[in-house]
Amino acid sequence: MSSIGTGYDLSVTTFSPDGRVFQIEYAAKAVDNSGTVVGIKCKDGIVIGVEKLIASKMMLPGSNRRIHSVHRHSGMGVAGLAADGRQIVARAKSEAHNYESTYGEPIPVKELAERVASYVHLCTLYWWLRPFGSGVILGGYDRDGPQLYMVEPSGVSYRYYGAAIGKGRQAAKTEIEKLKLSEMTCRQGVIEVAKIIYGVHDEAKDKTFELEMSWVCDESNRQHQKVPEALLEEAKAAAQAALEEMDAD
Amino acid sequence: MDRDATADVNAPHSMGTTIIGVTYNGGVILGADSRTSTGLYVANRASDKITQLTDNVYICRSGSAADSQIVSDYVRYFLHQHTIQLGQPATVKVAANLVRLLAYNNKNMLQTGIIVGGWDKYEGGKIYGIPLGGTILEQPFAIGGSGSSYLYGFFDQAWKEGMTKEEAEQLVVKAVSLAIARDGASGGVVRTVTINSEGVTRNFYPGDQLPLWHDEVEAHNSLLDILNASNPEPMST
Repeated sequence: MSSIGTGYDLSVTTFSPDGRVFQIEYAAKAVDNSGTVVGIKCKDGIVIGVEKLIASKMMLPGSNRRIHSVHRHSGMGVAGLAADGRQIVARAKSEAHNYESTYGEPIPVKELAERVASYVHLCTLYWWLRPFGSGVILGGYDRDGPQLYMVEPSGVSYRYYGAAIGKGRQAAKTEIEKLKLSEMTCRQGVIEVAKIIYGVHDEAKDKTFELEMSWVCDESNRQHQKVPEALLEEAKAAAQAALEEMDAD
Repeated sequence: MDRDATADVNAPHSMGTTIIGVTYNGGVILGADSRTSTGLYVANRASDKITQLTDNVYICRSGSAADSQIVSDYVRYFLHQHTIQLGQPATVKVAANLVRLLAYNNKNMLQTGIIVGGWDKYEGGKIYGIPLGGTILEQPFAIGGSGSSYLYGFFDQAWKEGMTKEEAEQLVVKAVSLAIARDGASGGVVRTVTINSEGVTRNFYPGDQLPLWHDEVEAHNSLLDILNASNPEPMST
């Protein structure tokens, strides 16, 4: 439901007559136009995957990371304006560090998500700031188990079984809903996420992409880390095969 | 001997004290004596040195009464806010850490030794000792205060892992009463607080019901009682 908000969209401190803040909606568009980010919560952990669109052949593979570790036990995948995303990650790291210094225990993921959301929301309250043009999918594993949160540019944050943002989010969400997440391990989840990302990538419209994935699960000792090389290759191969099968139909 | 008669009632209140915290199979038991002294004068002979921070975390206070009270007030306040934000009870570890940060960062001004004890659903019963400088040490049992000097050997011998609630309570009461017998700055009654998954229980052991040790003499009521007795017989030679 998009419409132009002529006259009411010049400032983030202006409401339109039908109760919308257009600047925030425009910020969300920046996220919608970026490469897809997918996150799922499996029974033993979280998997995050990113469709990293490669701007230039000159870029070194593995550079321009879209998934960042926030703390030993959590990480976030970023979509939208890269520089804005970096700010959010920096703030999350800072919050996690401060919490542990004060309270002597790692920050619960719920608390971290609330703080990040609070910070993103803050930037929608003042006319001299602009909203963040990026959304994040935050996954972590604390003493209450694995948890997945998504924070949007409006500052809204919900907890999910599976979430997707970016270009291919509609198709990705449909695919995620087909999965039986509560019965899946992260090992299997990695393969599924790869398949989803390869599936939603639009060969015709977009340039080539690099698949970036991370997980935090029992197998990784509850630490957030890049998915191991071997498993990543296996996932890519499975995703390619699944694509070819679909094309063959 | 004239000096003893003139106690300085304006001296800062200090809890000479014996405080103890012990874990058992299922929770923790905190124990303390009840003497608060200003110099040689016992300002309060029935004080409660076991203070509540949250529903599930209590602390034993020793050293300067004022310092330990202000620290517990601050930590109670911080924990209250933390509980609201977290949406669930704070853990014993968090409570202990907040105490430690205050104790360490203000070490030049404070003179208080604290034992933090409680129960939470993640770790069960836990005891943390936070002595003068602001170290924090998680221990199966902790002792503190001036009376604790006399208990190190006792605990070496009497402590066992995985005691029942009754065994642990008896151990705590015995230990405090031993310390009271030897430490002039500890005395009065023995208070205990038991914390486990079911909640909190307070117990009280009056001083005159504590066992007598070694060469302690039985308690005397006032000799005036003889005069007020039913048939006051004149004493015979």
